[in-house]
Amino acid sequence: MAGRVGIVAASMTKFEAAKPYQHLMDLVVEVTDKVVEAAGINLKDDVEAVISCSQDHWDGRTISSMPIPDAVCSHLKDESKVAGDGAYAVLYGAMHILSGDNKLVLVVSHCEESITDGTMIENWSIDHIFHRMLGLDYTMGAAMQAKRYMDKYKLTPEQFAKVVVKNKGNARKNQYAQEAMDLTIEQVLKSKMLADPITELQKKPVSDGACAMILANEEVAKKLTPHPVWITGVGNYYEAHNPGDRDLVECAALIKAAQKAYKMAGIGNPAKDIDLVELSEYYAPQELLWTEGLGLCGRGEGGKLIDSGKTQLKGELPVNPSGGLLSGIPVTVAGMTRVAEAVWQLQGIAGEHQVQGARRAIAHGCGGLCGQMHCVLVLEKGGK
Amino acid sequence: MANRVAIVGIGQTTHSGRRPYVNDGELIYDAVTKALADADLSINDMESVMSGNMDLFEGHHLNDAMLNLYSGAAGKPGFKMNTGGTVGSMMAIQGWYHVASGLFDLVLVIGWEKHDEGLVTPAISTITDPAVDRPFLVGAIGGLATVSVAYMQRSGCKLEHAAMVRANASQAAARNPNAHMREIYSVEEVMNARMVMYPLNLLMCCPTSLGATALILASESKAKKICKKPVWMKDHVTVHVEYGGAQFGIGEKRWTSHMEAGAKLFKRNNITKPMVETQVFEMYDPMAFAIPMWLEDFLICEPNEGWKLVEKGALKLEGEYPVSPSGGVLCTNSIGDSAILRVAEAALQIRGDAGEHQVTREVKQALASGFGGSYWSDLLLLSKTKD
Repeated sequence: MAGRVGIVAASMTKFEAAKPYQHLMDLVVEVTDKVVEAAGINLKDDVEAVISCSQDHWDGRTISSMPIPDAVCSHLKDESKVAGDGAYAVLYGAMHILSGDNKLVLVVSHCEESITDGTMIENWSIDHIFHRMLGLDYTMGAAMQAKRYMDKYKLTPEQFAKVVVKNKGNARKNQYAQEAMDLTIEQVLKSKMLADPITELQKKPVSDGACAMILANEEVAKKLTPHPVWITGVGNYYEAHNPGDRDLVECAALIKAAQKAYKMAGIGNPAKDIDLVELSEYYAPQELLWTEGLGLCGRGEGGKLIDSGKTQLKGELPVNPSGGLLSGIPVTVAGMTRVAEAVWQLQGIAGEHQVQGARRAIAHGCGGLCGQMHCVLVLEKGGK
Repeated sequence: MANRVAIVGIGQTTHSGRRPYVNDGELIYDAVTKALADADLSINDMESVMSGNMDLFEGHHLNDAMLNLYSGAAGKPGFKMNTGGTVGSMMAIQGWYHVASGLFDLVLVIGWEKHDEGLVTPAISTITDPAVDRPFLVGAIGGLATVSVAYMQRSGCKLEHAAMVRANASQAAARNPNAHMREIYSVEEVMNARMVMYPLNLLMCCPTSLGATALILASESKAKKICKKPVWMKDHVTVHVEYGGAQFGIGEKRWTSHMEAGAKLFKRNNITKPMVETQVFEMYDPMAFAIPMWLEDFLICEPNEGWKLVEKGALKLEGEYPVSPSGGVLCTNSIGDSAILRVAEAALQIRGDAGEHQVTREVKQALASGFGGSYWSDLLLLSKTKD
């Protein structure tokens, strides 16, 4: 990358199954206030541009960013909205800095999944000519993907369940997490069947919340904090939409995104060079699949990786020490919270789920049916 | 310092009100294919593909991913943005950031809308807050009628001037084979159209159209290799304001988003006489009063002078400062595509490739604007030369 983009501070709301007492904009105000305070800046004078991230369908509002300028105090300022996962908003914020157009930007994302029917929205994202009328949603997609995974690489439902036990267990140490649970593999497998083999506990719960972040160029970031976190690699790719046009367990887009980000960051062996991973597992099997796509283990070895215990909070390569999406994070906000968690880990302020001595982390966001688009960011502390 | 960015390929579909036999993917494919042909490049050369529109008009969620076989984004980087009416200009700006950041050298950006697949005003009415003013269901016209009345009161502009603007636009659109409403109207015919919301009658409002526009943007090194007539994206400004009554800038101390955008852009580029230093303006003109009113707001002409320029005929295609020589949004409004089409048309004017609606004066620099949201403004400066 041409210059360095620093993340100065990040903030989140507490994630909850529903926040009926808070307007969407209350969430944005809350995280904006928190992040501005954490960064020690003046919202009105220091923030040059705002990149928001939300979705019209989820908000039930054409131009879901309509009320954002009010909430982030951006009267007569640059504000623009990414209509995808929050990780892309961080990427777009980084582009604003790298282009030299801005020195400091605010990135903010919000969603209240509880106000609508997510199944319906997922179905509206599916090809309207050939597949939408089948009633497909992302849970059915994830089930097809998991079945294919079990068939092709012989993974077991128990291995999927281990992800849930780990992540909801990690969430017990995360003050922002929605669902912290002490579970057994058996409990996960015996929870209500949604679409074989995905049981209710293997699906990210409905969640409300928001996340914000301050990005700055190297000079400003260093002035604002002794612990800036640098974005040293980025990669983002789509794959084909039609699930029949791709092998659902070869995650081609993720592999390409990760390779590009690693190349940029100078990472040769991610399994060794990375200290922790915060990834977007909307369904438990996806965590295993994404660890493969990220090159943290070999193809088909996602199951072995969880069995080995390496990805546990105290393991060699913790994956989702925060509790991941399974502990409850809304779509859209999801990818940005991955970045925020990684930032806090590298700043050493993650709290009870802090990974000791973390210097380099991966944050991953994705979206669409069976993870049709992926965004990978490599984050590092220190360095020259 | 940002890397320089040039437009090296331009493609647009024909625009119309209904095309039931063409689906949204095919519309995008049409624009992309034309842009690639214009640049003499293949989709394989594109490093990133971005598309934008307004989701609720067609009802597709994550349609960038859904239609990525048509746009060519499958297997490539890209992500979707949606900023309402400005989404088209935002696509050009998003492409600019992709290249200016140094992360990409050659990108494809697409703006599209297919308004015959949904109802526009019900969808637009959801821009308002569900708890406060959604029950009024004003659509877009409520705010635009309000500012038009305010402009008439403040400046002395009459209904007849808006009718002249629309009549001029019809003359221009008649010369643009890609425009939607190409019927020629006299001032009298416009005046006699059915009133929709005072002072805007049916012909003074933009239509609902369908269409797509694709632009290929390149870094300086790539642009020189692949293009004889690159159009440089010299600068761009985005100005948003909060949602609520104050956004319209009604009252004595008016300072609207357009004013802020014009002030910033002209200052940064040392432009003191916009009507001399830029030679054409493709304005996002959603209603007939927009052209005189916003020429003043963008600080291109003096306050209360806009309608006098209309009266003089100065803003016509062969006038001293042509505004929207393509017929503008007044004749073609496929919303997600409307603002990127302004950028495309301004670039065509600079290249001298606008065909029958090429303006008569020589174009070295051109302006293009986007409008949407709660009176949000994008203003872009395009140039024949890179410095």
